[in-house]
Amino acid sequence: MTTGSLLWRGMIVGFVAAILSFGLLKTVGEPAVDRAIAFETAMDEAKAKAEHDAAVAKGENPPAVEQEEELVSRPVQGGIGLFTGVTVYNVAFGGLFALAFAILYGRMGDYSPRASAALIAISGFIAVYVVPILKYPANPPSVGNPDTIGLRTAIYFGMLLLSLASMIAAWNVRNRLVDQLGAWDATLVGGAVYLVAVVAFALAMPPLNEVPDGFPAVVLWQFRMASLGAQAIMWTVLGLGFGVWVERVLAPVKQGRLRTA
Amino acid sequence: MTNSYLAPTVGVTAIPLREVLPWLIFAGLICLLGVYFVGAEQGATAIFKGMYIHEFVHDSRHLLGFPCH
Repeated sequence: MTTGSLLWRGMIVGFVAAILSFGLLKTVGEPAVDRAIAFETAMDEAKAKAEHDAAVAKGENPPAVEQEEELVSRPVQGGIGLFTGVTVYNVAFGGLFALAFAILYGRMGDYSPRASAALIAISGFIAVYVVPILKYPANPPSVGNPDTIGLRTAIYFGMLLLSLASMIAAWNVRNRLVDQLGAWDATLVGGAVYLVAVVAFALAMPPLNEVPDGFPAVVLWQFRMASLGAQAIMWTVLGLGFGVWVERVLAPVKQGRLRTA
Repeated sequence: MTNSYLAPTVGVTAIPLREVLPWLIFAGLICLLGVYFVGAEQGATAIFKGMYIHEFVHDSRHLLGFPCH
């Protein structure tokens, strides 16, 4: 079994995950995006009207209304654009997942291919998505100041890398202690190491809140739940789907070999 | 050992790292590039000029949790 054959399997499973994720994001995520954009439009119009009225009151010529030209229409953004983005992301993560599996299988512990894939998926979901967004949650359009995009991108990926590094460290601690403490206690210690590390990092990283006043809380919640759901789908499909597929080809002999004499 | 016909073979054999390494570098880079184009291109940083990629993957960038705008 070469890395290459793991890789294309991971990418195909990623494509399956993409279709399911897209289904959820289209039905649950897009309505929240549309409502967020409607909020943004209403805010912009109110601001323009206030400026217009202020200028008229002073007896000046009102400022010309700037029409923002749409580069990509909303139906394209929410249709083929969303599908393309989700597909590229999921297939790429399928590939990265397969590469991680190729390195970790047989090194992270004495787990079957199926169990290894499931453990990598759970660890990946927590380290790459759940913990980073607990500190810096996913935001719909109209939330976020364009001037801080550099900072926000840097601290988001910074949190992600710190979380991932903490997860790798926690696994190493767990595996070092497993002979001494047994699987249960060693796993608890590893979990504690991860938890303490990411809480410390989250406290040390700068706070960020750019949700505008009056933004509907329900829309924010729905948006973030859709985002969480799509990631849960991706990691679940990768962990279970890839695991089952690879189990068949990587470990066809599960119980042992038949020996004569 | 005539009775040990079911030898407890451990089915876990790691793939040699030197076999993984070329795949890791090339495929890993391509996959990361894919994630980058969905997640950050024409946002905080840009390889190509304009905003078309940003606008095209706009909804997925937001919904996948990346900072946007």
